[in-house]
Amino acid sequence: MIPPRIADIWVYLSASPLLWLTITLIAYQAAYWVYARAGFNPLLNPVPIAIVALVAALKATGTAYSTYFEGAQFVHFLLGPATVALAIPLYAQFDKLRKLLMPLGGALVAGSVTAIVSVLAIGWALGASDATLLSLVPKSVTAPIAMGITEKLGGIPSLTAVLVILTGISGAVMAKYVLDALRIRDFSVRGFAIGVAAHGIGTARAFQVSEEAGAFAGLGMGLNGLLTAVLVPVAVGLIRNF
Amino acid sequence: MLGAITTLLVYQLVGEVLVHFLALPVPGPVVGMLLLFLSLWFRGSIPDGLHTTANTILQHLSLLFVPAGVGVMVHFSRVSGEVVPIIAAVLGSTALAIAAAALTMQALIRLHQHRVREKQR
Repeated sequence: MIPPRIADIWVYLSASPLLWLTITLIAYQAAYWVYARAGFNPLLNPVPIAIVALVAALKATGTAYSTYFEGAQFVHFLLGPATVALAIPLYAQFDKLRKLLMPLGGALVAGSVTAIVSVLAIGWALGASDATLLSLVPKSVTAPIAMGITEKLGGIPSLTAVLVILTGISGAVMAKYVLDALRIRDFSVRGFAIGVAAHGIGTARAFQVSEEAGAFAGLGMGLNGLLTAVLVPVAVGLIRNF
Repeated sequence: MLGAITTLLVYQLVGEVLVHFLALPVPGPVVGMLLLFLSLWFRGSIPDGLHTTANTILQHLSLLFVPAGVGVMVHFSRVSGEVVPIIAAVLGSTALAIAAAALTMQALIRLHQHRVREKQR
């Protein structure tokens, strides 16, 4: 049995945002330390490791997600300013960017359309339910845009948020292997492709490899967010009319 | 540092306000990013403090996705009921999208370089 004093401290701490905010930072830094020690091996991406550790801790202590989020929201909030900050590396690559307008436009359309069509085709062929399919469509774009799209389609926005994160993690883990297999070496191409397919978590991975790749990933993420917001309602409308 | 953070928040706020008033289908921070990019373009350079702060935040961009990712615990039941189609669709589609974007961009860059060389002849 826990002595009453420790139980009192737990009751006090578990009601304050401090506890889960601190644990989130510790879990991430521990995962990041392992990742850095392993030479930034993509298979040890810190995001899934920290998430699994935190979910285990919440389940073990019987803590609800809403309680957890009261603390973690301070980290979550920084996504906004971080998105704005992407303008800075983007501007630093401005000269290169200007010369690549046509290749970037082509790659954006190819990546965006492939992401939408292939996720619907694979999910449908394997028997996913309609609500899941609608929540899967915008999986390659940054969470706030994706959730807005799903809401308009009649999917489940909070499920989309989870699928978006899952996509970002998959992209961050597999991009190196896919791009190496295709013998793509240019950091601007590698970065842009990962940003289009795997939004912010892909962009975070790209920044860990090179600033140039990160800048192009941020650009790919932003542009695909805009394009998908336009394309998805059109694509779903076409499918429904069949 | 403080000035740089204030700058980022001001641009985000202006972005949010514009999205709200113009009913844009894009999140406020994305509009804020575009506005900051345009401001840097007009200015012609990046202020030192802003560059350092942005690099610090972006180095740990992946931390910021952890709280939303922990939300997977709320959807365990649905995800576990359809785990095969969901995982296959996400993994397959992400690999295809990376390949499609990268191959298209590389092909268009080569086409462009080829044309430039043709012109020089």
